[in-house]
Amino acid sequence: MAYVAVKGGERAIDAAHAWLAAARRGDGTVPSMQTAQIREQLGRAVDRVMAEGSLYDPDLAALAIKQAQGDLIEAGFLLRAFRTTLPRFAAALPVDTAAMRLARRISAIFKDLPGGQVLGPTYDYTHRLLDFSLLEDRPAADAPEAGAHPGPAPRIPDILGQEGLLEADIRSDAEPFDITRAPLAFPAGRDARLQGLARGDEGFLLGLGYSTQRGYGNNHPFVGELRVGEVDVEIVPAELGFAVCIGTVTLTECQMVNQFAGSKTEPAQFTRGYGLAFGHAERRAMAMALVDRALRAEELGEALTAPAQDPQFVLATCDNIEATGFVEHLKLPHYVDFQSELETVRRLRATAGSAPGAGPPPGAVPPDEPP
Amino acid sequence: MTVPDDGLAYPGFADPVHDAQASFRAVLRALARPGALCTVATPPAPPPPLAPASAAVLLTLVDADAPVHLPPPFAGLGPWVAFHTGSTGADIGDAAFVLADEWPDLALLAAGTDEVPEASTTLILQVPALEGGPRLILRGPGIEATQTFAPLGLPADFAARWAANRRLYPRGIDVLLCAGSAVAGLPRSVTVLEAA
Amino acid sequence: MVADPASPPADPAHHARAAWIGLLARAAPAELAACLDTAPPLPDFALLRGPQTGLVMLRGRAGGGGAPFNLGEMTVTRASVRDAAGRIGHATVRGRDAAHALAAARLDAALQDPGRHAALRTAVLDPLAASEAQRRSTLARRAAATRVDFFTLATQR
Repeated sequence: MAYVAVKGGERAIDAAHAWLAAARRGDGTVPSMQTAQIREQLGRAVDRVMAEGSLYDPDLAALAIKQAQGDLIEAGFLLRAFRTTLPRFAAALPVDTAAMRLARRISAIFKDLPGGQVLGPTYDYTHRLLDFSLLEDRPAADAPEAGAHPGPAPRIPDILGQEGLLEADIRSDAEPFDITRAPLAFPAGRDARLQGLARGDEGFLLGLGYSTQRGYGNNHPFVGELRVGEVDVEIVPAELGFAVCIGTVTLTECQMVNQFAGSKTEPAQFTRGYGLAFGHAERRAMAMALVDRALRAEELGEALTAPAQDPQFVLATCDNIEATGFVEHLKLPHYVDFQSELETVRRLRATAGSAPGAGPPPGAVPPDEPP
Repeated sequence: MTVPDDGLAYPGFADPVHDAQASFRAVLRALARPGALCTVATPPAPPPPLAPASAAVLLTLVDADAPVHLPPPFAGLGPWVAFHTGSTGADIGDAAFVLADEWPDLALLAAGTDEVPEASTTLILQVPALEGGPRLILRGPGIEATQTFAPLGLPADFAARWAANRRLYPRGIDVLLCAGSAVAGLPRSVTVLEAA
Repeated sequence: MVADPASPPADPAHHARAAWIGLLARAAPAELAACLDTAPPLPDFALLRGPQTGLVMLRGRAGGGGAPFNLGEMTVTRASVRDAAGRIGHATVRGRDAAHALAAARLDAALQDPGRHAALRTAVLDPLAASEAQRRSTLARRAAATRVDFFTLATQR
């Protein structure tokens, strides 16, 4: 099917954009919001836009949120569009999450893990009561500090892997597939799946991850470890020939541990799903880890029964920029498409009406059977 | 004192964005109008033995995802190419571009597949001049009737060699010939005849 | 003191340079500019490349330690300069701050000059390293204050 262009409406479109700008600004007696305020005070929104926009740049994400009036999918779309204007200089070395400078690190399966449990700035133990003191512009209390340094905090697989009870990572330095450079083909490797999940819609990933807990795909997960903190990003510039750090980023990593009954070739053990996300994004990292594990069903010889286990379904629909583009394009002019379908329906009705007693035309929905 | 600089002494485009855009437009025209001489925006001091046009084409088209293979006499340009384009090189059969100063065996270059014919190598051929050589007659898309093209530096049996490439269509190698500050294109769709 | 990078170069001669390149890249642009105000002036320079903004693809490893995968991109700005003495300096820094990249590249060139190195270390690298150590210490101390020991309670029947 071909698209048919429409033209005209420039003046109306200009007026609509001008009204949009005025609506974005809102009541002019209320101070305008600075993007630095968004970056500093709406950090979770910034992190989500960076993840779904697939671009780590807190300042640009804050600008996109302001421009999109807080519509986070529209903001992610703006970041995706911006990134297409820039050349890619390099691919970084894989980040070393074991060397993360931790703000938070918890395990739901070991209470005494080396390095300790660090709650960090969490909502977990808040009472979910609206805090009316935030209506006033009062300075926040300083975060307390303590001297006891937690010491090294090895990742859970490095602790549990020793006994062979937990599936070990198979380290490699293979060049990963890049879904932004080559069309996704199925079956997709885990590298392509993780890349797609990392920028997937948080709500969609949450729903899919949740579905695996509600019986759609056999899954009994535990949070082996969740960590949030800063890691260094390193590249090897061609002109230097050695690795240099180019900055730090905040990431959230989730190791989701699942029981695995074993197979013909593998003994019973715990397997893992993996989540890694830009910024402080626990829900995203956990949902990603659940879905990553579900998508490994075929590799692990498990029965494929649920949507979350179907890579083609998950990866083709988890990108909210693609999804919103395809859904929202339906509101753009489709006059010619619809005209042709209208003609078809009229013709079918005319054919049926002119031949009384004849059955319905091929493809028509039969009426319900009378009782 | 001097410090070794691996060829970094030679700059890229003076105005990277606009010079690359102007050169890209020239390359586009060269491939759309086979055999026409098109002037590119050239960098101020291309490293030898690069002709200004060859340097401009490299700076415009090559990047980390579209790497160039550099056989002799261009092998020493690796650091300059990597610094300005991000391409750290590729084997001849995997490269998006191959830079040469003599006609190579095209069978060594990727010709694409019937499903993905665009995944083929583009040959950047640096020649002594784009005029003054044996006359060739070009026909095909982008040419109203015929186009005369007479570069120096092509092999004597060029028309026969090109016919072998032409038969692969839609697979095949596209060629950009570079001399001085001009570029001319021989897309895989063109037919080449020796002038009577 | 400047921390070693996580992947130290094979050639020990590059250790010190990789360390200062990383420190300059991680510095807050305003803080770097303030240090330069008190430092001896940097030599004149010619631009070899940039400053230009582009992308670096960040990568993780499946499971944290397995095969690499592409996580998403990050904005970076890079610059390369050659100073009046012929020394070449390079910088790639996170974000879109051209002044940051240019200052880091000029410092990378100047720090290779034995005649300038000590003064620049005192004026720029040492203060940046101190404030980075302070930032990291604050993070670690705040984290330590939220360290928790959970007790499991035996069921009473």
